[in-house]
Amino acid sequence: MANLFKIAFRNLKRYRRRTLLTASLITLGVVFVLLFISVSSSFKSMMIGQMTDAMLGHLQVHRKGYLASIENLPLNMNLKLSAYKKLETILNQQGEIEAYSPRIKFGGMFSTFVETTNIRLNGVYPDRELKTVPLLPSRVSNGGGKQLGKGEIWIPELMAKSMKVNIGDTVVIIATNKDGSVNGKQFKVTGVLESVTGPGGRDGYIHIEDAMEVLRMEEMEVSEVAIRLKDFDLLQSFSEKLEGILSGELNKQGKPMFEVHTWEKLSPFYNIARMIDLMSFFIKLMLIAIVLISIMNVMIMAVYERIREIGTIAAIGTLPGKILSLFILEGFSLGLLGVISGNILAVIIMAIINLAKITFSFGRQTGLILSAKVMPMDMLTISLIVILISVIASLQPALKASRMEPIKALRHV
Amino acid sequence: MSLIVAENVSKHYQVAAIKVSKDYQSGEIVVQALKDVSFEIEPASFVSFVGPSGSGKTTLLNLIGCLDKPTKGTLLIAGEDVQKMDRKQSARFRGNNIGFIFQDFNLIPVLTVFENIEYPMLMVQKVPESERKKRIMMLLEAVGMADQRDKFPDQISGGQKQRVAIARALVTNPKLVLADEPTANLDHKTAFVILEIMKKMRNDLQTTFIFSTHDQKIVGEAEIVYTLEDGEIVGKQTKGGENNG
Repeated sequence: MANLFKIAFRNLKRYRRRTLLTASLITLGVVFVLLFISVSSSFKSMMIGQMTDAMLGHLQVHRKGYLASIENLPLNMNLKLSAYKKLETILNQQGEIEAYSPRIKFGGMFSTFVETTNIRLNGVYPDRELKTVPLLPSRVSNGGGKQLGKGEIWIPELMAKSMKVNIGDTVVIIATNKDGSVNGKQFKVTGVLESVTGPGGRDGYIHIEDAMEVLRMEEMEVSEVAIRLKDFDLLQSFSEKLEGILSGELNKQGKPMFEVHTWEKLSPFYNIARMIDLMSFFIKLMLIAIVLISIMNVMIMAVYERIREIGTIAAIGTLPGKILSLFILEGFSLGLLGVISGNILAVIIMAIINLAKITFSFGRQTGLILSAKVMPMDMLTISLIVILISVIASLQPALKASRMEPIKALRHV
Repeated sequence: MSLIVAENVSKHYQVAAIKVSKDYQSGEIVVQALKDVSFEIEPASFVSFVGPSGSGKTTLLNLIGCLDKPTKGTLLIAGEDVQKMDRKQSARFRGNNIGFIFQDFNLIPVLTVFENIEYPMLMVQKVPESERKKRIMMLLEAVGMADQRDKFPDQISGGQKQRVAIARALVTNPKLVLADEPTANLDHKTAFVILEIMKKMRNDLQTTFIFSTHDQKIVGEAEIVYTLEDGEIVGKQTKGGENNG
């Protein structure tokens, strides 16, 4: 095998310019794919980070059926205190959980005494919410100490602008509880929230006890429990595990009491993440096409130019299988050359991108630093794909060479 | 000739051709390149096939070299019926029993002189390294190319290339060496040197040399000269003076 490699390498050296051109093409392909993956995955993970760490949490538990009607924020679909206590006991036993935060979500009217509009509110325990979605404070602008206290409200930025509400202003929240009675409470605006998802966000935050007061809850009912895991990579496995555990918790009708949803099912941005994956897939397909066509072209030329040589080695007794291996190894070596140089070049360019600290915006977030990094597994996958395609591309010319009749090949001019 | 007779013939001769014919299809026309050719060649002989272009010399050499198969007749090389061999068996048989010397030398351009000679032992016979080195150095000395061992084919002259080709043909200790116009691309002086080397090799290694040639020097040195015309053997001349026209 080492001798076949030696001959393959020397043959590549023999047509130096052609080898360099083809290897460069593969190198560029590998570089583009790795850069695309590194930048897009950086953008994707940042986007997921923003969604999960500033708003949703990694996953959420609701009362069964709540998510289907979440647009209405139905109060009658809240978890009763007894159910929440059960859930709390279960969650406290899970070592994978870093923090969780119960929320009361409801819709209400927001009044400045001059103007009134509708608002979606999240009643939270500020300390637990911050542990579960640690990037939440980064969304609060114009705030004082960024601590949400009782009687205080954080309102969406667009609402603040359109209603001309400033920090320190007093506003009124009016809401109808599940029994149909209306109640109102005064709040002091202590924070203006930038939306994660861009214009149109209408979610505000108040203390959970204030929410209970507005909704005249005698005992706490919870709309959802947002959960943060210690390791985000365990999301799928933990979600399945929790679903399994909670499926054993049945209501009086004998039906499951809870439902578990990861951020992917809760955010429309999951589709963007999937689109990025799809684009990566198509970019990989383009790389495959580049490698396939360029290597096949080179190998067809190599076989055509060396017909007499093939005739000679076949005449002196080289078995067809060895001739096949010789040409496949040539294609393999060409692919390997492109892969090695492509990986090295991509790592260098990624380092330059990271040093340049290129910034970009996402939603309302600006100045986010583009962090280009690629997982070793991605590099390995791309490398294996290129090498495999190189071998496949060499197969047809190599088969042609191995099947040549030595007598005809020797006669070739 | 029956198969039993053919097998008996094979025991005595390195090459035995019994009514061998070879046809080629050229469009709708069948061209008879060889017509019922019969001859025998003994081990360690120096045999030449001569004749004008198109007489069938190269076709015959290709058949003897197991590069092609007869359309009719029996051809036994070192006791083996070439007709019965498949592609792989032919390749193995060539690798172990036949050495080739080509008119255009046909050295592998990416391999050095040493590696070109080593190639058949490495890729075909799998000879251990120490044995390979011993044999190559012996042959390099014999053909006077020991000091050129690390050069590539494009760095040596035509005569030197043919010396390397002879060494490559002999390195596997073949029973038979086939040389198709081995001196055609060489000047007079170099051709003489190459011929001397081949004679010496025949004497030292007891290898059978079969040539297809126009070169009168080779013809003059051959122990048996077969003359071919229009695909038929029309004459056999032995060095002792026997002449069967």
